[in-house]
Amino acid sequence: MRPARWFSEIGWRHLVGVLAVVYAGFPLVYVVSASLADGGTLTGSNDLFASVSGANYTALAGTRFWTWMANTLVVAVATGAGTVLMGAAAAYAFSRFRFSGRRVGLTALLVIQMFPQMLAFVAIFLLLISLGNVVPGLGLDSKLALICVYLGGALGVNTFLMYGFFNTVPREIDEAAKIDGATHAQIYWTIVLRLTAPILAVVGLLSFISTFGEFIIARVLLQSEESWTLAVGLYGWVSSLQDANWGLFTAGAVVSAVPVLALFLFLQKYIVGGLTAGSVKG
Amino acid sequence: MYEPVTRGSGRTGWSPGFLVKLALIALVDALGVYAVLAAWGAGSWGVLAAMVALLLVANWAYFSKRALPLKYILPGLAFLLVYQVYVVAYTGYVAFTNYGDGHNSTKEQAIEALLVQNERRVEGSPSSPLTVVADGGTLGFAVVSPDGVVEAGTADRPLATVDGATVEGGRVTALPGYDVLEYTAVLERQQEVTALRVPVSDDPNEGSVRTQDARTGYVFTSTLEYDPASDTMTDTVTGTAYTPDDDGQFEAADGSTLPVGWRVLVGFDNFVTAFGDDRYAGPFGKILLWTFAFAVLSVASTFLLGLFLAIAFNDARLRGRRVYRTLVILPYAIPGFLAALLWSGMLNRSYGFVNEVLLGGASVPWLTDPLLAKLAVLGVNLWLGFPYMFLICTGALQSLPTDVLEAAKIDGAGRWRTWRSITLPLLLVATAPLLISSFAFNFNNFTLIYMLTGGGPRFGDASVPLGHTDILISMVYSVSGLDGTAAKNYGLASALSIVIFVVVATISALAFRRTRSLEEIA
Repeated sequence: MRPARWFSEIGWRHLVGVLAVVYAGFPLVYVVSASLADGGTLTGSNDLFASVSGANYTALAGTRFWTWMANTLVVAVATGAGTVLMGAAAAYAFSRFRFSGRRVGLTALLVIQMFPQMLAFVAIFLLLISLGNVVPGLGLDSKLALICVYLGGALGVNTFLMYGFFNTVPREIDEAAKIDGATHAQIYWTIVLRLTAPILAVVGLLSFISTFGEFIIARVLLQSEESWTLAVGLYGWVSSLQDANWGLFTAGAVVSAVPVLALFLFLQKYIVGGLTAGSVKG
Repeated sequence: MYEPVTRGSGRTGWSPGFLVKLALIALVDALGVYAVLAAWGAGSWGVLAAMVALLLVANWAYFSKRALPLKYILPGLAFLLVYQVYVVAYTGYVAFTNYGDGHNSTKEQAIEALLVQNERRVEGSPSSPLTVVADGGTLGFAVVSPDGVVEAGTADRPLATVDGATVEGGRVTALPGYDVLEYTAVLERQQEVTALRVPVSDDPNEGSVRTQDARTGYVFTSTLEYDPASDTMTDTVTGTAYTPDDDGQFEAADGSTLPVGWRVLVGFDNFVTAFGDDRYAGPFGKILLWTFAFAVLSVASTFLLGLFLAIAFNDARLRGRRVYRTLVILPYAIPGFLAALLWSGMLNRSYGFVNEVLLGGASVPWLTDPLLAKLAVLGVNLWLGFPYMFLICTGALQSLPTDVLEAAKIDGAGRWRTWRSITLPLLLVATAPLLISSFAFNFNNFTLIYMLTGGGPRFGDASVPLGHTDILISMVYSVSGLDGTAAKNYGLASALSIVIFVVVATISALAFRRTRSLEEIA
């Protein structure tokens, strides 16, 4: 192939590729470099890899960072698992049973999911004040309450995604099992859930990732520093005394990006499939 | 055929599954009964009714043979009803009230708060010997009235006669049902003691007993007097009479009001404020426009870049395209809040990486100039969002039907013509629903705005905490006052939430209808 022709067909793609990788990657290189820098200030972080030390990472131990990390993981894992269980159960019912109110239920879900939960944060705040007067564990500043709130949004967003997928599992399989004497619970737990594992993984992951980064509701509900999540805590670091906390923040950012990044890269195939099936990040 | 609804769970006797179910229901019932009792104790009738209803439905659903689908839907449904449907409905209700600072509670509570706040020591009122007592952890007072009767009470329990008290030197030294506090213990809790007010009776008009030295009690009564019959509040010092007005406040004839009001329905006042009030209407208009611009431009820019990259990498002859792809989608795998915070540092005017290194020491006010801040927000969102668009465009490109493309080639269509008439329309059909969701997502992209610019730079008028890059949802957050920078105004915030909902729902509905017609054409 002549060079000119090579460039017009393939070469420019490499050029674009390199530029795109630089564009996508330079903030990430920067954050890693800044987290390893000695000084821990914004100014001191600008010479990439001028100094390499773990000082910022060890300094995290002197802060509440690990508490926030644990809180975030607890909340995100519980929400992810709960979302999968409740969403799958509902999708199973809508997909396999015919009952009065089924169509109305599906339509209602479609309408409800148009109102993002975060828009109602004032009402959620007020509701949790009332609930907290009755059962403190369900009131403000409680991780359990935050999980409950997130689970409230579980059905609206995910049932449709799962419902579509459940419909693609042939009903003949259920029926064969039923003839063999399986109960509906056995069919659900041992057959349907296994066959729909890919979509369960997607929903669980997307739910985990979006809960991991959720800010506004967590910010409104969690009031004491010990119960903050990473999003709330790291925001606090950056918004107050930005320059001085920069090293801590970048180290914290690298550490907290790791679980999400790892999940994402390992399960990329599933996630991409789930995305094109109609779900959005966030 | 499908499982008929009336079929039972099919269990035979005490199978392990049934035992698990029994245990779970028992747990739920135990927690539920606890919550019901707690609600009873706290007097929260709404919570009580909801809990009882949920418990009844749950037990019916899991033990009846007639509720099979409900067994599967109920767990999610319960959360959905409480934390989504109820809060949405409640948002709708609050939007029509004046709930917020100064209008926080019911009228009864407001009256009580007003009376308590305006309590003064009655001139020449008798003092009575007082002893600080405690009932468990709760502090209270025991006083000996001039005729020798011993009365005791706490902040929640008005004074009541107690029999069997030991009185030495005119002062109570032991009291059944209470512990008398030692002098040192009183010193330790000095602030609590001086702040404590023990109501004289259930009627707040009668005032309370307070103390400064923990030894003498004085009766304090309010300078305001509430008359339930005529529903008026009278200032006993000036003689001004205040009557309740439509805004949930006590108002005098000259228009002055008392500081504590209560929640009332105010109709469309909040919406009128958003669209018509001088302080809010101007910023609201600008913010509404910017929200649209931000959402549309974000979707357009990320889509174009993502599409371009998808096309560039969509050639099997390109070596290393798997590597390119993996590296390019990295921003998508970073939680959005981290990226926004990271960029806020990188765009810092004096020390940021962009100004210092990329622009060689320039001092561009990326986050503090109105126009540049908008560009910065869009730029950061482009970085955050293009990998997602790249992913879905790649998926759509790879699933294009090859026969149509071949037919076009045979018909003699050139590269450009094929692209414009076949590839692009098919691509748009496949991605349109996702573009709409992306629009809706960005319309409410609170995290990005709040973490990157905090809505700033501020508008010139400082009376409302809003700025040039605020979008509607961050305006709702500021107006609600939950961040502590402004007075709380739940009513207005909820009204704005409703406006956002209407806008997003309308646009989604219209857009979905249009994509359906797009599908028919293609």
